[in-house]
Amino acid sequence: MLEEKHNIKAWLYLAPAMILLLVFTFYPIFNAFFLVFLRDFNFLAGSFDGFTLTENFVYILNKPDFKKALLNTLMIVFVSVPVSVILALLISAWLNSIKKLQGFFQTIFFLPYVTNAIAIGMAFAFLFHRNYGLINTIFNWIGLPSINWVGLGAGYWSSMFALLVFIIWSGLAFKIMVFLSGLQSIDKQYYDAAKVDSTPRSRIFTKITVPLLSPMIAYITITSIIGAFKEYTAVIGMFGVRLGPAGNDGALVTIVALVYEAISRSGSDGAYSEAAAASIILFAITLVFTLINMQVSKKRVHF
Amino acid sequence: MSENRKPTLSKKEQAARKQKIIRLVIVYTLLTFVALFIVTPFYWMILTSLKTAQQIDRIPPILFLKPGDWQLRNFALALQAAPYARFMMNTVIVAAISTFGTIITTVLAAFAFARINFKGRDFIFMILISSMMIPGEMFVITNFMTVNTLGWIRDQSFIDALAAMSFPFMTSIFYLFFLRQTFKQVPDELYLAAKVDGTSDFKYLLKVMIPIAKPTIITIIILNAMGTWNAYIWPNLVSPQNENYRLVSNGLRNAYRDLSGQVAYNEQMSAALIVTIPLLIVFLLLKKQIMRGVSRSGIKG
Repeated sequence: MLEEKHNIKAWLYLAPAMILLLVFTFYPIFNAFFLVFLRDFNFLAGSFDGFTLTENFVYILNKPDFKKALLNTLMIVFVSVPVSVILALLISAWLNSIKKLQGFFQTIFFLPYVTNAIAIGMAFAFLFHRNYGLINTIFNWIGLPSINWVGLGAGYWSSMFALLVFIIWSGLAFKIMVFLSGLQSIDKQYYDAAKVDSTPRSRIFTKITVPLLSPMIAYITITSIIGAFKEYTAVIGMFGVRLGPAGNDGALVTIVALVYEAISRSGSDGAYSEAAAASIILFAITLVFTLINMQVSKKRVHF
Repeated sequence: MSENRKPTLSKKEQAARKQKIIRLVIVYTLLTFVALFIVTPFYWMILTSLKTAQQIDRIPPILFLKPGDWQLRNFALALQAAPYARFMMNTVIVAAISTFGTIITTVLAAFAFARINFKGRDFIFMILISSMMIPGEMFVITNFMTVNTLGWIRDQSFIDALAAMSFPFMTSIFYLFFLRQTFKQVPDELYLAAKVDGTSDFKYLLKVMIPIAKPTIITIIILNAMGTWNAYIWPNLVSPQNENYRLVSNGLRNAYRDLSGQVAYNEQMSAALIVTIPLLIVFLLLKKQIMRGVSRSGIKG
């Protein structure tokens, strides 16, 4: 197009968004990389004691809570992401193969997306209640003993299990939506051709559906991994600010929880640098996973 | 020859039909199980919110309540335990401010990126897109310092609290991107025709672009409002002292205890339900827009 440049006019339109982005997005990114190199920075006092290259990273990496947070976060990533992606894929394929009640099921499966994580997390905690919960009631019906999932003195694995069920439940809705809209856009010709060859359904699923859906599977996997690395609200919803079952406080701490915990100590030396170090580590991990996933999908994804 | 083939073919057809029915029965059964899994937490929330304290203490739990036994006063008790009407009003105000701000800033910027030719356009856009990869926790540290420095935390007034909760969320790179895509689909001819008629850019944006992008704008309003309704972490961080400044999610985490210090689960679940129901109503009313918007957009508010 033959248009001259309109620099001033363009910047008038851009200004409101750009000013807000500069203040609340770009400056914070640079500032995080600045804070992390300060020694004993105290925000309220406005003081710091020179610069350091590695101290803040070393400090947080050696914190016992950090190891716990990293293990919990990795557990959430490596269990909830594959389980929910595979489940969502199967559910959307089933949903796509029916005509009657499709809209009804779709609406129900979407419900977790429009709920408040804190409210529904509390409902999940009560669902897993030792005496009054439905889960143990079902366990008893089929002859299994009651388990102290999330109550006072509950163990690590049972409360982690309950948390994972909640996280998977919450994540299904969005994935099913995306996969279903992907499935509905696949050209029917592929399936007709398979029908002529009388290809078995399981083979159609693995040889046609999954490959044609692979761009969406890759996209959903990347975003879910990043989302799972940032998990925190689900833990608050189910366990409150104790971040674990009563008597086992902090058992389910995550990396993001550490960032917020450090921010809340605004008057103490080094707290903000610690938060910055934790957030940069989180950024590095998600970046690595994003790059790996992009490489893998470049080779495997059928566009 | 034809007499021989006919019966075998229909036998094959019969077998195929039988197989199809079996498959459908299995698929519907599986889908029903998934639906039960999805609905159970809601059912448990509603059921618990309607029970008396004695009914909750029953082991095994009561799984069904007759409408006559519903303890609707639990909702009144939950509303007394914390100022939920106030929390909801706060949430609506914050949602309105941040959504209004987001729409204005993103529509203007998206118009510049989609329609105006300026130096460095593609480069700036690329930087914006790549910054979406950076986790928000990295911003939160400095943003908390910023709102502190702006004086919105100490001796907090209601206006301060509203500013601290909404200002960082008055724009969004993602929605900007989303709107730019929509604006790009508007044919150039419309713009050139408007230029010939002497229409200014701003008038063109107002009279042509915005009406065309209305579905996208509505989607953004819904997703943004839902995001505020569910926001927990940031409001909790910037407004911890005054109970009257809380948003719904933050109010929920109050402990509901009865006189003996036991958790009053029925009141707790009533409060959870009070927070959940407005969202469900909005969803059922705007089901089409929300579901279409979400499958097109790709992230949660």
